[in-house]
Amino acid sequence: MKNPPIAAISTAQGQGGIGVIRISGEEAVTVADRVFVCASGKRLADLKGYNAAFGYVEKNGEKIDEAIALVFLAPHSYTGENVVEISCHGGLFITKEVLRTVIEAGAKPAQAGEFTKRAFLNGKIDLAEAESVMDIIGAKNTAAARAALVNKEGILSKKINGIKEELIDKAAHLAAWADYPEEDIPEISYNQLMEAVEHGLNELNSLLDGYDAGQVIKEGIDTVIAGKPNVGKSTLMNLLTGTQKSIVTEIPGTTRDIIEETVTLGNVVLRLSDTAGIRNTDNKVEKIGVEKAIQRLKTCGLVLAVFDSSMPLEKEDYKLIEDIKNVPSVAVINKSDLEKKIDSDYIEKNTENVVYISAGNASGLQELESVIEKITGTNSFDPSQGVLSNERQRNSAFLAKKALEEAKNALEIGMTFDAVTISIEEAISELLELTGENVSDEIVDKVFHNFCVGK
Amino acid sequence: MDYFAGEYDVGVIGAGHAGIEAGLASARLGCKTAVFTINMDAVGNCPCNPSIGGTAKGHLVREIDALGGEMGKTADQCFLQMRMLNRGKGPAVHSLRAQIDRRKYSDVMKHKLELQDNLHLRQAEIVDIYPQDDFWILKSRMNGLYRVKAVVIATGTYLGGRIFVGEVSYESGPDGMFPATFLGKSLKKLGLPLRRFKTGTPARVLKSSIDYSELEVQKGDEPPVPFSYDTEDLGENKVDCFISWTNDNTKKIILDNIHRSPLYSGKIEGVGPRYCPSLEDKIVRFKDKPRHQLFIEPCGLNTEEMYLQGMSSSLPEEVQLKFYHTIKGLENAVIMRPAYAIEYDCVDPIAMNATLEFKDFPGLYGAGQFNGSSGYEEAAAQGLVAGINAALKVLGKEPMILDRAGSYIGTLIDDLVTKGANEPYRMMTSRSEYRLILRQDNADERLTSIGRKIGLISDKRWGKFLNKQELKKQEINRLKKTVIPPTDELNKILVSRETSEVTTGVRLIDLMKRPQLGYESLKTVDKERPNIDPNIFEQVEVEIKYEGYISKQLHQVEQMRKLESKKLPSDADYSEIKGLRLEAREKLNKIKPVSVGQASRISGVSPADVSVLLIWLAQKNGRE
Repeated sequence: MKNPPIAAISTAQGQGGIGVIRISGEEAVTVADRVFVCASGKRLADLKGYNAAFGYVEKNGEKIDEAIALVFLAPHSYTGENVVEISCHGGLFITKEVLRTVIEAGAKPAQAGEFTKRAFLNGKIDLAEAESVMDIIGAKNTAAARAALVNKEGILSKKINGIKEELIDKAAHLAAWADYPEEDIPEISYNQLMEAVEHGLNELNSLLDGYDAGQVIKEGIDTVIAGKPNVGKSTLMNLLTGTQKSIVTEIPGTTRDIIEETVTLGNVVLRLSDTAGIRNTDNKVEKIGVEKAIQRLKTCGLVLAVFDSSMPLEKEDYKLIEDIKNVPSVAVINKSDLEKKIDSDYIEKNTENVVYISAGNASGLQELESVIEKITGTNSFDPSQGVLSNERQRNSAFLAKKALEEAKNALEIGMTFDAVTISIEEAISELLELTGENVSDEIVDKVFHNFCVGK
Repeated sequence: MDYFAGEYDVGVIGAGHAGIEAGLASARLGCKTAVFTINMDAVGNCPCNPSIGGTAKGHLVREIDALGGEMGKTADQCFLQMRMLNRGKGPAVHSLRAQIDRRKYSDVMKHKLELQDNLHLRQAEIVDIYPQDDFWILKSRMNGLYRVKAVVIATGTYLGGRIFVGEVSYESGPDGMFPATFLGKSLKKLGLPLRRFKTGTPARVLKSSIDYSELEVQKGDEPPVPFSYDTEDLGENKVDCFISWTNDNTKKIILDNIHRSPLYSGKIEGVGPRYCPSLEDKIVRFKDKPRHQLFIEPCGLNTEEMYLQGMSSSLPEEVQLKFYHTIKGLENAVIMRPAYAIEYDCVDPIAMNATLEFKDFPGLYGAGQFNGSSGYEEAAAQGLVAGINAALKVLGKEPMILDRAGSYIGTLIDDLVTKGANEPYRMMTSRSEYRLILRQDNADERLTSIGRKIGLISDKRWGKFLNKQELKKQEINRLKKTVIPPTDELNKILVSRETSEVTTGVRLIDLMKRPQLGYESLKTVDKERPNIDPNIFEQVEVEIKYEGYISKQLHQVEQMRKLESKKLPSDADYSEIKGLRLEAREKLNKIKPVSVGQASRISGVSPADVSVLLIWLAQKNGRE
């Protein structure tokens, strides 16, 4: 018997030194191998139980975070199944991102108490533990029920219901069409079905995008200020923060550590890191700073790439332009009050967003703000349209979206409608998960409501 | 004066579709069985449509057959026309339906009961039922006392039956049979939760009074395929059916007289099924629909009665005549039997286990319409399960429980005993979440081994089944090994089916995976195809084409079965369990599910409640 792998953040949510994402299930190691790259080049599947590996978590070929993966092999684990615990850097943003990556790699989000449930099924927990766990789940259950009640009235719930209703309508039509072949039920066409599936997909995508924008507003966006030494990164940072945090000098290479600061620009919270200037250097300490900076470029949510308008583009600048090509980024051309020597046409051509500022004179900030709002989607973000408020809701929406993508694919390759129906029902079931209703009942009720069938 | 009339292992009350399967199964398993019928001429009667099967019901018939039941075989013997419904809509929803000769069906079934060893078919109305020592006593109207170890109640619409036609109403069973008027009171006294349901049937009209000239004809499939895996030579289709439509005049007559319908005047208190509405229901509920379809079906070869499917009604006879006459082809129709609605007593199936035994009354089983279902096939399926379990109990063996993942029968019973029935329950494909694996083409693969284990599958049938499985395995291997060269002939087929051409040799199995291709379209290039049962081709093709979906559903099945294996005690008090939400406590106390799996399907029991149950169970088992 196989249990599907489940995953959850198993450390306390919030700021902490490290965060642990736990994956459990026969295929836990396989799933972990899809997202975790060992520094040693080994695969986690090659490890023995109780062994750990250092490496990084990767999403779509991009490093998200450095981490340690600890492998437990069945039955010697908390749940009695294969378990991988990925310890990454703490903080909500990173841990959630790692969890999300793990879920997209094939794990299911764990239900409240599900690890414990599995531990029980496999005889790993004694009675005393059981008592206490049950109290906790009971408490969670009440809290969840209360939360669900609040949610039922909310816009999000209305929006999800909207998607759900349309899909149930189509599923009911398909059911009536299959169960009453000889009644004069209007034919359901390929186009109608495709339209409903695509509409559902669009709605879900907008909810999921909105969730990301919502997260940016709620938790801030990891922002890196990058550029070769002495182009004015620290000046930009100080301009944004309004304080003298970084050490600003005329000597290239002054900033060696990543400095974190949170600022509000418009309605976006930027969690700024001022990195060491990117340049070739022999200075060991500085070299570490440079490497860190390059790595940060790939994992952060937004890059502000700073260029010096008063100097021609150099090798490092060209490399930076390359590096930020597939990353949400703004090319910030600084010192625009000085005589222009930079090839700004090249930057305009090769980057998506360009803003001219003069950090010393605080001009261009307004423009930077609106560009950032555009990139993060926060300009069109309207919380009154309904927002997925937590990771669980996001996961349901994500899984529903996956099921609809399957339905779309089945339609495109010409599968029969009975197979398409299965995927549509799966999507409905994910959406119903939030409300606890039963798919089959909902559809059967709808059949009789919408169609005049029966002998 | 009461007298002692005999002792049996199993007594079956009723000889409709449920009672027949229950009686035959019990007798075949070696139990001395009595089957009681109110009227010897009503055994296996079809008081509604003259057909067996249809969507999802066809699945049930195939499953009954795979377990060793009788319905499929008899339907094959009495068929007039066979149609595989839903061809082209996908394998999950293919369903076989037979028009049958209803008198012949009844005769054949009655004769089978008469010839069956260990079975005593008896005309007797059971009027009282009560426990005595370790037995149940069944008392007949003639004061006979039958002592039995187990009882299957399969009373259909006879129990407290009352017929309604407009302002006229009287106590009656179906088709003018007399009703079972006493047993209901006895069951209530015993403590069974009875309630009233309602159903109805259309008029039968004289064949020669119908004008067929402008009606659409509906023919059977060529060649017709049988229900039963035992049937080898089915024969030809023998009749046609016809299609007509209601119109504005029909609607006007019905609306003008709606106050005369007992349903709308409030005389009928029973709950009717939404899926089997009377014509007046359809017209009132779907006001904007300009017309409704009807099928005109022959009731047999030796009768001139024609059944008007879709036209059931409880309006007065004179109104019926008027509205039937508005319909094209029926302008001069002569009614032979009027349409009527019938109200009857049935039980809330939540009181039963999945074995169909009452939780509070060991040895007492229920099946068919008595359990709140509707339809001949649903009845037969439950009758088979109840009969088998009654016999297994008498024999001191483990009961047979079919789960949702293995059959429509299991789904039907699980729905009944878990969710109850607020209206007569009809099987539908949309009720099964596992419908891509629960197909009518693979019922034998799913259930024959269960039927064999129980003892209802003969050596001959078992041998035939094993042989078929072997041939299927070989055929799949052949498809994996056979490479078709990229000839013009092949590419021509691919182009004509609108799928991409090939430039290198390609395995048959890979061609078969394409939705556009199949055995039929690849016939000419698949030169070494063996001459085997076409059902094998059907199964193989479906399994290849839907492999992804099938494996996904199989995975869900594993999950479900794991929870199903966690048994909950029948005496659990859920209000005492910490952590359960109030709604879950109430529902669980009401239904008393046998397993955590069943609990998880109760609406109002959340995944978190399920976790609490599992933990509670583990604690409890740890203590013991």
